[in-house]
Amino acid sequence: MYSLENKPGLPPPQGLYNPANEHDACGLGFVVNIKGEASHDIVLKGLQILLNLAHRGASGCDAETGDGAGVLIQIPHKFFAKESTALGFTLPPPGEYGIAMCFLPVERQQRLVCEGLIERITREEGLGVLGWRDTPVEGDAIGRVARASQPYIQQFFVSRPTGMDADEFERRLYVVRKRTESQVAQSDIRDKNFFYIPSFSSRTIIYKGLLLADQIGEFYSELLDPDTVSAMCLVHQRFSTNTFPTWQLAHPFRYLCHNGEINTVRGNANWMNARQPVMTSPLFDDFKKLLPIIQPGVSDSAMLDNAVELLTLTGRSLPHAMAMLMPEAWDGHNTMSDEKKAFYEYHASLMEPWDGPAAVAFTDGKMIGATLDRNGLRPARYLITHDGLLVMASETGVLPFKPEEIKIKGRLQPGKMLLVDLEQGRLVPDREIKEQLSSRQPYGKWLKDNLVTLDSLPEPARMQEADHSTVVTRQRCFGYTDEDLRLLITPMAGEGQEAIGSMGVDAPLACLSDRPQSLFHYFKQLFAQVTNPPVDPIREELVMSLTSYIGVEGNILSEIPENCHTLKMPHPILTNRELEKLRRVSRGDLLAHTLPTTFSVIEGERSLKRALDGLCRRASLAIKSGYTLLILSDRGVDEEYAPIPSLLALTAVHNHLVREGTRTGVALIIESGEPREVMHYCLLIGYGASAINPYLAIETIEDMAASKELPSGITPEAAVKNYIKAVGKGLLKVASKMGISTLQSYRGAQVFEAIGLNKELVAEYFTGTASRIEGVGLDVLAREAIEKHAFAFRPLSDAEAELAVGGYYQYRINGERHLLNPETVSKMQHAVRRSSYSTFQEYTKLIDEQNESYYTLRGLMKLKTITRPIPIEEVEPASEIVKRFATGAMSFGSISTEAHETLAIAMNRIGGKSNTGEGGEDEARFVPLPNGDSRRSAIKQVASGRFGVTANYLVNADELQIKVAQGAKPGEGGQLPGHKVDAEIARVRHSIPGVGLISPPPHHDIYSIEDLAQLIYDLKNVNPKARISVKLVAEVGVGTVAAGVSKAHADLVLISGYDGGTGASPLTSLKHAGIPWELGLAETQQVLVMNDLRSRIRVQVDGKLQTGRDVAIAALLGAEEFGFSTAPLVAMGCIMMRKCHLNTCPVGIATQNPELRKKFTGTPENVINFFFFIAEEVREWMAKMGFRKMDEMIGRVDMLEMDTAVSHWKARGLDFSSILYNPQVPGRVGRRCTIGQDHGLNEALDNEIIQQTKEALELGTPVKLAMPIRNTHRTVGAMLSGEIARRYGAQGLPADTIDIRFEGSAGQSFGAFLAPGVSLTLEGDANDYVGKGLSGGLIVVHPPKNSTFAPEENILVGNTVLYGATSGQAFFNGVAGERFAVRNSGATTVVEGVGDHACEYMTNGMVVVLGKTGRNFAAGMSGGLAYVYDPQGEFVNFGCNKAAVDLEPIFDPEDVKLLEFLMRKHVDYTNSPLATRILEDWPANLKHFVKVFPHEYKRILAGKSKPAEKLNPLVASATSQANLMAIGERAR
Amino acid sequence: MGKITGFLEHTREAPERRPVLERVNDWFEVYQEFPTDKLKDQAGRCMDCGVPFCHTGCPVNNVIPDWNDLIYKGRWREAIRSLHSTNNFPEFTGRICPAPCEAACVLGINDKPVTIKVVEQNIIDHAFLKGWVEPEPPRRRTGKKVAIIGSGPAGLAAAQQLNRVGHHVVVFEKLDRIGGLLRYGIPDFKLEKRVVDRRLEQLVSEGIEFRVNVNVGIEPTADKLMKDFDAVLIAIGAEKARNVDIPGHDLKGIHYAMDYLTQQNRRCAGDRFGHAEEIDAMGKRVVIIGGGDTGADCLGTAHRQKAASVHQLQINPMPPEDRHETTPWPLWPFQLRVEAAHEEGGLREWSVLTTHFSGDEEGNVKKLHCVRVGPKPARERMPGSEFYLDADLVLIAIGFSGPVRQGLLDQLPFEFDHQGNLKTDSSFSTSVPGVFTAGDARRGQSLVVWAIAEGRKAAHHIDRFLMGSSQLPL
Repeated sequence: MYSLENKPGLPPPQGLYNPANEHDACGLGFVVNIKGEASHDIVLKGLQILLNLAHRGASGCDAETGDGAGVLIQIPHKFFAKESTALGFTLPPPGEYGIAMCFLPVERQQRLVCEGLIERITREEGLGVLGWRDTPVEGDAIGRVARASQPYIQQFFVSRPTGMDADEFERRLYVVRKRTESQVAQSDIRDKNFFYIPSFSSRTIIYKGLLLADQIGEFYSELLDPDTVSAMCLVHQRFSTNTFPTWQLAHPFRYLCHNGEINTVRGNANWMNARQPVMTSPLFDDFKKLLPIIQPGVSDSAMLDNAVELLTLTGRSLPHAMAMLMPEAWDGHNTMSDEKKAFYEYHASLMEPWDGPAAVAFTDGKMIGATLDRNGLRPARYLITHDGLLVMASETGVLPFKPEEIKIKGRLQPGKMLLVDLEQGRLVPDREIKEQLSSRQPYGKWLKDNLVTLDSLPEPARMQEADHSTVVTRQRCFGYTDEDLRLLITPMAGEGQEAIGSMGVDAPLACLSDRPQSLFHYFKQLFAQVTNPPVDPIREELVMSLTSYIGVEGNILSEIPENCHTLKMPHPILTNRELEKLRRVSRGDLLAHTLPTTFSVIEGERSLKRALDGLCRRASLAIKSGYTLLILSDRGVDEEYAPIPSLLALTAVHNHLVREGTRTGVALIIESGEPREVMHYCLLIGYGASAINPYLAIETIEDMAASKELPSGITPEAAVKNYIKAVGKGLLKVASKMGISTLQSYRGAQVFEAIGLNKELVAEYFTGTASRIEGVGLDVLAREAIEKHAFAFRPLSDAEAELAVGGYYQYRINGERHLLNPETVSKMQHAVRRSSYSTFQEYTKLIDEQNESYYTLRGLMKLKTITRPIPIEEVEPASEIVKRFATGAMSFGSISTEAHETLAIAMNRIGGKSNTGEGGEDEARFVPLPNGDSRRSAIKQVASGRFGVTANYLVNADELQIKVAQGAKPGEGGQLPGHKVDAEIARVRHSIPGVGLISPPPHHDIYSIEDLAQLIYDLKNVNPKARISVKLVAEVGVGTVAAGVSKAHADLVLISGYDGGTGASPLTSLKHAGIPWELGLAETQQVLVMNDLRSRIRVQVDGKLQTGRDVAIAALLGAEEFGFSTAPLVAMGCIMMRKCHLNTCPVGIATQNPELRKKFTGTPENVINFFFFIAEEVREWMAKMGFRKMDEMIGRVDMLEMDTAVSHWKARGLDFSSILYNPQVPGRVGRRCTIGQDHGLNEALDNEIIQQTKEALELGTPVKLAMPIRNTHRTVGAMLSGEIARRYGAQGLPADTIDIRFEGSAGQSFGAFLAPGVSLTLEGDANDYVGKGLSGGLIVVHPPKNSTFAPEENILVGNTVLYGATSGQAFFNGVAGERFAVRNSGATTVVEGVGDHACEYMTNGMVVVLGKTGRNFAAGMSGGLAYVYDPQGEFVNFGCNKAAVDLEPIFDPEDVKLLEFLMRKHVDYTNSPLATRILEDWPANLKHFVKVFPHEYKRILAGKSKPAEKLNPLVASATSQANLMAIGERAR
Repeated sequence: MGKITGFLEHTREAPERRPVLERVNDWFEVYQEFPTDKLKDQAGRCMDCGVPFCHTGCPVNNVIPDWNDLIYKGRWREAIRSLHSTNNFPEFTGRICPAPCEAACVLGINDKPVTIKVVEQNIIDHAFLKGWVEPEPPRRRTGKKVAIIGSGPAGLAAAQQLNRVGHHVVVFEKLDRIGGLLRYGIPDFKLEKRVVDRRLEQLVSEGIEFRVNVNVGIEPTADKLMKDFDAVLIAIGAEKARNVDIPGHDLKGIHYAMDYLTQQNRRCAGDRFGHAEEIDAMGKRVVIIGGGDTGADCLGTAHRQKAASVHQLQINPMPPEDRHETTPWPLWPFQLRVEAAHEEGGLREWSVLTTHFSGDEEGNVKKLHCVRVGPKPARERMPGSEFYLDADLVLIAIGFSGPVRQGLLDQLPFEFDHQGNLKTDSSFSTSVPGVFTAGDARRGQSLVVWAIAEGRKAAHHIDRFLMGSSQLPL
């Protein structure tokens, strides 16, 4: 059992908690003297950086215990030399000794064993033991929890034998550490969990621990000793998703520290393990001593560190190792040199990238640098001073410098590297590093000679012919349904698109279904939420890649041409012809062998196991015989033989070969009739398949095309091509949901959770996959295969040719069962319309009494009742209970005004909460109706699109909900097609009628947990009265994320089930992503309680809640509040048409068609009846269980049990003990929310500003202020804006009423949601999110007057500036980071350079860029305009993503006028030298401007008659009378 | 999925009936053919609902959205396969079913429902025309024998299902022709008998054995039947007519509707009757007691026989024109129904109770004496509302009360429910092991579509009883 006292580190897995799901993120930085001159000042500066990054870290239940902080410096010889004399040994000269920083058991006996062990191994490795030093630490400096888990900290000194060179010594120290780690791990030392070696090097030393930033200097007092000198100092402040005492998880690690997350880490670690058997290095005599390379059970960052360490110590330079592990997005890069591409491709054929958002700072003591992931998802800013200091950090402003001291201000760009070579004493630019690396070897030639492409293989002599006469039989055998063909395959083959559906899932889980299921359907996709961002695979296609390299993997530690002797596959789906080419390949080592994957049905269920064992044996044999491509084929299916589920065949062989150590010697290729939908391919690749030939899907499509089942005119060939294209898109979509951008790293990443597979099965065939409620085993899988086989080969008559109906997506009586069926829908509607509680009970009975046919996990639960129920009168009234109810986020836009307002009125009447959804809200609704009803939604959602999210919107809310994910399609964005955007919707969303709107998959201001904390802080600033909620979707690890959310100071966390959802979603996501809320909620409750974080956060749950029993179970599992969407829609008349995405809702709910909207007949009374009936049922359950108040039942999981009388052939294997687990913590640890969060609002600078602008706020009198600002001042202007919006609405104050001038480096979110009437001028620079959600205010940023650099060449503001801005202006005299003006819907801005992805998803407003742009400018931009100054033509040729926009010269006089006007304003505000120069020769320079004109916007404008009207929307935003005056006034 | 916006673009349109003046002069079906392009538009009105209420509104659970879509796309061949997968005889239901599916159609919530029935009829008629309705004999025979007693829709549906899984099926019919109620109960103007015959051809070709003029219970006896067969299905309908037990009910000229209808059906089939047994409305003043479907059939028949006048009396008040609030969508609506026969003439009277008949000296009925009554359940007589109607022919169409209990039903220890129907467990098994029942004999008088549904379900259970499990759909 977990106990706080005796186990440092994370608790063992228990209940639904698994330490493997822990995440962290953070702030990092370093300071270095480029010349390599060591000083104590550098160390002090490092500590200073740490202090200024403190807000990026977090503390847990104990405010004095941080999540971890640390520093890495060069070994300060002078200090240790001084110290060692007192210890009885003298140190050799610097470099001739190494120091192990050791965390050891506190108890003396245990410690001595560890010390003895490391000394022995040191000697065995031929090194000299010098001695030990107790590292002085100040226990009082740290928190209670940290102290309780503090290890004994010692330094161990080792001497270098004469004659050994420095690198060899470093390697030997590595061997000692690795050996010691393994031996301690295998030993029976009781307190071995304390044992950890933070660093063991002759060059660097690491001081870290479970500390807060300001504690580190006090705790490790020697850091403050003047003799502690270093030329560099690398620092890290951690924010973890738990409060467990974890000393070792603090960064830095030996070679790096990391901000972000490695999404593919499971696959990377698995592949590294699989490669171990073939790894050798001449630099190590016995490679086995280093195993395991990747230390099990450590964090993703630590694993990456393990890999870097290995690659570096086996001979690669540190930059080389980093470029190999985290390559740039080279595939399809339009400006990258061939040599550099060859370098990356060679290494890609060696190993998959470690993919995910990451800013990594690395050092080996001789050089220090940093690199950024391919998509630039973490911030990294640097500056260089005239006197040779380089400071790099997650933020600017972490060290104070005078403006005139600064030479360059820059930012790290996606995939780029920043490097200081301390020995050479200089900064090495990225270009030089990469050129050097690319020219190390003739990579291009190596590839040419060795890499094999599919196209280059000879045409096969013959290939498998389609056998159309048996297609139906085989379809039946592989479980194809009519729906598979009609709903899934048709759009893929017809249009190359994935099928779309609506209204979530209400059919049973595969493990509860009566029907034989496909093994694929027992799995659910994982997705990124909060701790890392999903990627947009369409708009950010440039980082995505489907290419992979298959074949024999070589020894990655050697650099030889043969290593790239692999087969390059541009796409993982093989046509029959392509597969035949592979089957017959004989090129070098590539040689294929086909293994049959069928089993005999005659011998029944047991023969499946025998067949699997045989398959594995044959695979081993084939490898021994020299085959390198194994084709697992179920072509041999016939009357006697049924197919082994293709996934099972694959994982059986894969796991067998991994255990045998031969896995990397072969590629596994699937030739199967089974896979047909995207999820199937995802699973096969996710579990390690290199390529797939779906022969039956192909034949099916050919048949469908031939029989005209597909859209007319499509040839069978075109249909197959479309299908393969759609699969590719789908694969990228699913990978991108997890934040993974290359198929190569998705392969084997196992980002799935199983629901309902038993432990033995998972352990044997799906090692490492989460499966938490037990379930079916091999016998049931066999039975399912046999049933399908019988259906195929024993038809009733020769004429019988029907497929099973399916009925999963649409109700069919002979198909899958549904909770929402004709009977339940009509019963519920009859009940709420006639106010008949008895009819309602008939309805709930149909849902609650699942008995023999189960749908949901809760269907198998039983509520424990007491023998003498309490009288129902004593239970709190229904009117109290309904206050805990909320309706789900359904946007106005997805549902009609009538439906949206009916919900709002109903919820306001009963004191519950309705939700705006993502789409803003008409301000008219903030005012109550004459009859007292209110149409105002209490919950205002803040989603990734930020549509209509203004200061005024935010202040008119009781709750602000950050939608991180939604049940129907977690990890994905959304799209409102242009034809749905009518004038009304456009107005509310601040967009243009007719122009399509895209919500990005991630919030571009939440790429990690500390970013979420920042957004929560932003929102709380604007509206301190609103509670902030965060909506997550259930998946394995959601509890850990929820803990992080609680630490980020959210007031409420919402756990959504996968089955919820009313909106449109790809069917793949609808069915296969996310898990039931029962699991997610239980995990959340358990982890929050274990961390003592539950008491400060409320928990809400939703996901197809339909009855009072559902609510009661949710409460017992830990929810305080309950969300409903589908059910209230049904109450209002929804009949589960499931056509929400088509705008044809026949009952006027999910439509904007005015004719159909007239058909809406729902009333608030319908909805109110529904909620009161639910509450009444809850009361009845409470009486039966003996609860008088709902508060008493929250988290009382002891009152639940699993139904023991389950006889269902699948369900009987389930075991809910993990769901019903109750963490054993002391009584003082709260199990429900009892206290509020401390949001730290009193530290906000705005408090002071509001104080000083009282007159302006109250009377409208203009006020001018001036004040200094620092990076720790975050979200400046937001609270002030909230005050203005609350008093003056969207209108705000007249321009410039409040005029504030700042000097310094502003913290994150400077000017967020800035309201009209406020002007902020910053002299200095700013961090990320400047002008986020700008709502009408004015922001001006320019460098200090006495700066020495050219503003247009230096970074001025950070990433994601003006994200979701709705109106207002911003002028930046300098360069902005990545993702400038993403989702801008109305702000006007001038900037002198931007990073990648600027103006992405922009829908309105205007952006003028006077300098360079990064790549992918205007991706998904549908409205507004941008003007880019492009004298070199780089932008036109390389910078812009032209998929959605036209590039035009500027000749329209309106354009010219506008542009000149803005240029002049820019000069007026900022004195921009660049703009001045451009204006000096305006006519000539005008020619260099390019107008970026979105297609959609152009189409809309073309539809308008008078040219005068054309620019109206724009002129209105940029040069409207008021704005012109405002700008004019101000300039004077 | 049909046309996404089909329901917004097209209004409901159904085939027209032939002109009254034309159709009352013949015995052919009253509906005209429906042009294919119009049918496509109508099928395209189907919204392909996520929860298709029509599909469960339909007793045989026709997969209506699927075949609507196929017709919209012109894929007739697949459409008939889909239709046949749930309904053995769509040509019957497509003609005479009151279409509860259309009452449950989602479009019916606030618009006119899809013309499901017309699409159904066209699919099967087209299939017959194309020769797609071919015998589907079983792949192998099980060696089990099943006796089916009664050749109405329930018996025939069960026979086809059981034969398809390989059992040897013998259908016993007490009359001279196969078809039961389909043949003798339903007038030709609703269902021409060639429609029944062409289906029977398929059944015979599939290997089902038919024996007519057999009175089971007499020969073969119950014992012999039980010995010769592995299972028995009783599908004899609910032919025990409800009587009007009031003074004068035994006067001449008062007949049960079913006797009247049967005779005309036989006449249409070529049989001839002597004067004594003949029931003919020609030139007579006809009064039909009972306002249901059978009454309407009598009405149409009487008009075709050239009755002088026809009155149809109904004891209940006139239903509302639209769906009554007690039967909200998707329930079968309580509302006024106007059948084709009503269009052809006659007078409908509501809230009328017949108190007694009076006749002439020869014992022929001459008058009905009636009174107006209030609604259920009291049905209070309105004081002073007494009146009489002249009548030469009175047809009693007030329903049935279960199967006729003779022969087999007497010989085996069956249990009956309180409505007089054979009692079964949930698997259609009677209290006598091995003997099953389906259709009206089990559930009381009902629709043809229910009979087919029951026959199919019973077949599943019989197959299971014989084989341990069944692939037949339930």
